[in-house]
Amino acid sequence: MGMDMKEKIRDFHQARWDEPVIFELSAPGERGILVPEGGPLIEAAGKKALEELPEGMRRETPPALPEMGQMRVLKHFLRLSQENLGADFNIDIGQGTCTMKYSPKVNDRLAGSPKVADLHPLQDESTLQGALEIMYRTEQLLKSISGLDRFCLHPGGGSQALSGIAAIIRAWVDDHGLRDQKDEIITTIFSHPSNPAVAKLRGFKVITIYPDPVTGRPDFEAFKAAVSDRTAALMITNPEDIGLYNDRIREFTDLVHAHGGICSYDQANANGILGVTRAKEAGFDLCFFNIHKTFSTPHGCGGPGCGVIGAAEHLVPYLPVPLVGFCEESGKYFLDYSVPKTIGKMKDFYGVLPAVVRAYAWIMNLGAEGLLEVARVATLNNNYVFQKILKMKGAGAPPYAEGEHRMEQVRYSFQKLKEETGLGIADVQNRIFDYAGHIWTSHEPFIVPEPFTIEPTESYSRDELDEYLAILERIVEEAYTDPEILRHAPHRSVIHHVDHDYLEDPKRWAITWRMYRKRFDGYFQPKDA
Amino acid sequence: MSEKFVHPYIPNSVPEVQAQMLKSIGARDIEEFFRCIPENLRVKGLLDLPKPFLSEAALRRHVEGILSKNRTSGELLCFLGGGCWNHYVPAVCDEINGRSEFLTAYAGEPYEDHGRFQALFEYESLMAELLDVDVVNVPTYDGSQAAGTALRMAGRITKRDEVLVADTTSPDRLSAIRGYLTPDMKVTLVAHEAGTGLLEAADLASKLSEKTAAVYFENPSYLGFIETRGREISEAAHAKGALCVVYADPSSLGVLTPPSNYGADLTCGDIQPLGIHMFMGGGRGGFIGAPDDVKFIEEYPSRLFGIAPTTHREWGFGDVAWERTSFAKRENAKEFVGTAAALWGITAAVYLALMGPRGMKELGEACMGRTAYAIRKLGEIPGVRVPAIGRSFFKEVPVNFDGTGKTVKEINQALLEKGIFGGHDLSGAFPELGQAALYAFTEVVTQEDIDALAEALAEVIQR
Repeated sequence: MGMDMKEKIRDFHQARWDEPVIFELSAPGERGILVPEGGPLIEAAGKKALEELPEGMRRETPPALPEMGQMRVLKHFLRLSQENLGADFNIDIGQGTCTMKYSPKVNDRLAGSPKVADLHPLQDESTLQGALEIMYRTEQLLKSISGLDRFCLHPGGGSQALSGIAAIIRAWVDDHGLRDQKDEIITTIFSHPSNPAVAKLRGFKVITIYPDPVTGRPDFEAFKAAVSDRTAALMITNPEDIGLYNDRIREFTDLVHAHGGICSYDQANANGILGVTRAKEAGFDLCFFNIHKTFSTPHGCGGPGCGVIGAAEHLVPYLPVPLVGFCEESGKYFLDYSVPKTIGKMKDFYGVLPAVVRAYAWIMNLGAEGLLEVARVATLNNNYVFQKILKMKGAGAPPYAEGEHRMEQVRYSFQKLKEETGLGIADVQNRIFDYAGHIWTSHEPFIVPEPFTIEPTESYSRDELDEYLAILERIVEEAYTDPEILRHAPHRSVIHHVDHDYLEDPKRWAITWRMYRKRFDGYFQPKDA
Repeated sequence: MSEKFVHPYIPNSVPEVQAQMLKSIGARDIEEFFRCIPENLRVKGLLDLPKPFLSEAALRRHVEGILSKNRTSGELLCFLGGGCWNHYVPAVCDEINGRSEFLTAYAGEPYEDHGRFQALFEYESLMAELLDVDVVNVPTYDGSQAAGTALRMAGRITKRDEVLVADTTSPDRLSAIRGYLTPDMKVTLVAHEAGTGLLEAADLASKLSEKTAAVYFENPSYLGFIETRGREISEAAHAKGALCVVYADPSSLGVLTPPSNYGADLTCGDIQPLGIHMFMGGGRGGFIGAPDDVKFIEEYPSRLFGIAPTTHREWGFGDVAWERTSFAKRENAKEFVGTAAALWGITAAVYLALMGPRGMKELGEACMGRTAYAIRKLGEIPGVRVPAIGRSFFKEVPVNFDGTGKTVKEINQALLEKGIFGGHDLSGAFPELGQAALYAFTEVVTQEDIDALAEALAEVIQR
């Protein structure tokens, strides 16, 4: 029989194929796929062209790729896929901040259709009208959702969107002759680490604001002391990664504006506030959304993603090119390069079309009421899980914002568990694989000790939330009663404990198979031993 | 949303369930969760959005209706290139990247996501063989990002702040590079020889200095010709203590010498040709190849997956040198890292495994053969000059139409009416080439296709 629906603990074992590294599967002479023949004229022309290549330009040693029959290649990668636990399989609420919601299959079908896949970016615009229309319409939806005036859909992920935003801030500062004056960007410790990283990349000094210990929100007094005429911009998330909405956000943005700076809103994850509150009213000049988070497009093991940059009127002239325009007169959509102060190209061509198609379909399937229901249920689910985890032995929330609800996610702590059992989040993490689960620590640095972040999104039923909670509870119970089982976990995952020292040691790390073969024989036998 | 309506993607919309959950929380209603948001920041009523298509059937009809306005490169004959190509995508590539396990995974650990770690380690390893380098990153966004990062890496490695870039570089990529290097590094262009397109040695020599972090060129170049003096260029760079960074087309490396063999320190580019659909330029992933040298490895901003032992003698995997990354170090990291193009990396691994060494060689020969045949065939048309610049070509060639009295725009418009996407118009970005267009001939093009193109061109030109 299947799992007991009351107890909600599965007798699980992940697929374990013990699959060799692909190079070990090579059988000389086998072929995986054939290249179309050209006929005698083309083949003769090719041979001649190759022979006529100047000295040194013809590859003499073929690449040492494996030689494999097609079914063997298929089987290898299918097995690897089975050794991977996508959101379609687990209750993927343990990867907080990343909004692991359901990615509807119908949207995959639409995005994969030849009408999307087989388009060359340099085709005549008259033949790309459908794609441009989807991009244009998506932009109009995003404008409504954010209140900002124009969107660029190019960036291939949230961090690239942030990189673009930092480039816009740089261009705006330089354009106004303020390079020597405005050289600082302020962010908060609970904003995504790419915010400070891209600010530094663009030559700004980074000031990081820490939370007020009572409210959990960014310390306004510390912020006030940090803002000055040197402030080029504020780059902030809200609600922050800990799931608290900064209710004084308008005071933050007003203060930066009073000093002539720009306010950028990291809305990678806007799942708890869709249709509830917007970037515009909170006083932001720039924002970005992660299409692969809030707007449901699949995460693909870490991309292709899509991060869309929104700008208020006065910063629209700096957006990357091209944008997508619509000519009322001709009724045609077009690539619009008339962006006077553009930061130029960021991403090759025009962005990740399959992600945009999916997001468009998702929004158009839900509508305004549906988007609001997404935010409502995402916060409902989160507060449901929150109350349960607060009652869980060994777990808890950090001592700020006590008695308050949270938005779409919560940062928790296993500090108490650590103190009482010697086992912390890393041990829980290693054990959760045995129950078909996943739990992530949190972004570094660990301001909250032994941290984890749960984000239930709107996608999971109460039953599934209960199942995840039952898993956590079971593991916590084990930590108190049978700690050894955690110490040696995982037991029922794909593999057992990895020796991470190898990955930090230049003499032992191997980023490719050829590096491995250079350093080791057999199974990690050092060559020089 | 009316009380009864429950969206299929939002199970806990069921009113009874919501009531029970609220009770468990101790909240009166969902509105209570939003009370922390000041009234003046709240959306009044509903967002202004179009009426939704609630059923999957209606949604599909709506979206497909819009998409049907596209005319694809499968429906027409496509000779467009310029950084995105109509190569064949094996069915197995689509099969693997469509798997739920890979498609919907994200940031799992090396245990429950062992599969993606191994697949991406294999991607790095297969690419390393193709590029003949030791290290390759988990893919970044695209080739332009890879080029920008490779040049910033060169800046950090040499502690210098100027890069010399061939002026035949793709204009869009050049724009992206300039943007990405701002404000820390300066881009200076190096001229090309008028006839051959090759980097002008004298200009390079005059610009190389102790400020030069790297010399950058593309091979094959954006204009299609093969840069045959890679060795001389890299030696000139090295003599001044600069690095050599080459942007390479991976589909060429079954037949062309990998840049590392003529002295490139960093090889970068885009994996789109390796089993990834064009998606109007939306299917891309950037690679950076480097030697097994800690001085290079430590400068990567990207994820680098490595192989490691486990307690049970299994192949284990994980992140190499994590402390480089912005996940670990925020503003003290090397550039930044985030969600980029992992699934395309897995796809490219599948592609390279299917192709094998023979497949990659045959692919290269197929491209070169078609291009050589087309050069001859199109060259027979009165008024058409092929190549417009360059001597040796891989899969693209610039074609000059000055002798026809027609513009590329006019010619392409007429070709389109005949169901052909003509080559990309170069007259805006490279006016010195006259009315020239960049034609691409991948392995999916047949001799009949090229003959049809030649026939159509001859007719269009005579009009």
